[in-house]
Amino acid sequence: MTYQFTVSPDFTPDHLSGWYIFNTWLQKAVDLHIHLHIYDDFLQQRNAIEADNVDLIYANPFDAAMLVREKGFRALAKPAGKADEAVICVAEASSYQRVEDLPAGIRLATTDDPDVHLMGMIMLEPANLNAENITTVQCDTYVLVAKELIKQSSDAGIFLEEAFNDLSSIIRRQLRVLVRGQIQLVHHCLMIGPSLQPHRQQLLQALLTMAEDAKGPGVLEALMFSRWEEVEEEEMEFMIDLMDTLNT
Amino acid sequence: MEKHALRDMVPQDVVGTYREHTLTYYDGAKRTILVVDEEVPYPEGRLIVSTTDPEGIITHANQSFVNMSGYSMEELLGAPHYILRHPDMPPLAFKGLWDTLARGEKWQGFVKNLRKDGRYYWVKATVVANIRNGVLMGYTSVRRKPSRQKIAECEKLYPTLF
Repeated sequence: MTYQFTVSPDFTPDHLSGWYIFNTWLQKAVDLHIHLHIYDDFLQQRNAIEADNVDLIYANPFDAAMLVREKGFRALAKPAGKADEAVICVAEASSYQRVEDLPAGIRLATTDDPDVHLMGMIMLEPANLNAENITTVQCDTYVLVAKELIKQSSDAGIFLEEAFNDLSSIIRRQLRVLVRGQIQLVHHCLMIGPSLQPHRQQLLQALLTMAEDAKGPGVLEALMFSRWEEVEEEEMEFMIDLMDTLNT
Repeated sequence: MEKHALRDMVPQDVVGTYREHTLTYYDGAKRTILVVDEEVPYPEGRLIVSTTDPEGIITHANQSFVNMSGYSMEELLGAPHYILRHPDMPPLAFKGLWDTLARGEKWQGFVKNLRKDGRYYWVKATVVANIRNGVLMGYTSVRRKPSRQKIAECEKLYPTLF
């Protein structure tokens, strides 16, 4: 049997190559056939989950509730010490100095990355901004969010902090951070569907000892984190409750 | 989680000029509190997160909660969540919270919280029930930065609700 693996489609191409390397490593480590398919966007990925075409997923936290409560997924592991954080930026030349300066009616550049967008919108609440009183400019990548700001086509933008830090220094110099999220509790998570539950311990063991494996450190380097850490069921439930409070 | 008895606030913990109140909570407990009319701004980009058991006893608090409340982690864990109750908050607001949660819904509202040092901070709070395998295990409360406009509206409205 070939299991279907997918990765939340919110990563830059640099990060995606690491997931192909990881999949090759994982198949050897656990002796299972696993096919990695990366969807172009969240809608396509959600359709695949709905059709039960996903067995293993590196999931966006926004989708965790649906995966656990509707599809019977269970959390396996997360990258140690890594959390998703959002950053609100404007162009360096912008007159806006604080989030509270942003008026209703602004154009907000954002992506379809659901957890980052949600956290970003929460950081705009102190300015009384919400989906009803702004114009959202949906961009395919964070580089395009940056371009929107630099061209001054949009007034403010929401970035995943990691993606913001990955921007070239030339681009970053033309942007100014208004607020940086420090939530620390929202993270992507590797999760398994019901078909892989019998292999849970085997998968977990391989992941938790990956840093000691001969080829593991090189693969982790390609994934851009140092090791995996187990996610207990209650930790996942806590994050689902947290996302529930934020999505209000 | 072992429940702490809530101690009266004491002048040595308080900064500046204070006024004294006695609060009586829903469970009949009484506490002397010392209130300073000075706001502490909500920290940028942070969430204040806590969980309680079904009786409202704090079982988890994040560092932002510790920092903003002025209490140590040891003081918060095991204390009733009403340790933060400010006398300017109308009891009706908390009745609304518990009635909403009892209906199995999320509650959201703007809350003025009392710090250990007598000062206060405003939050936009959301509370959800933690249901595990169909059983109520407690509640998670997540607080975020409110807008000044919402705070101004609450400052007008809340005194009319007593």
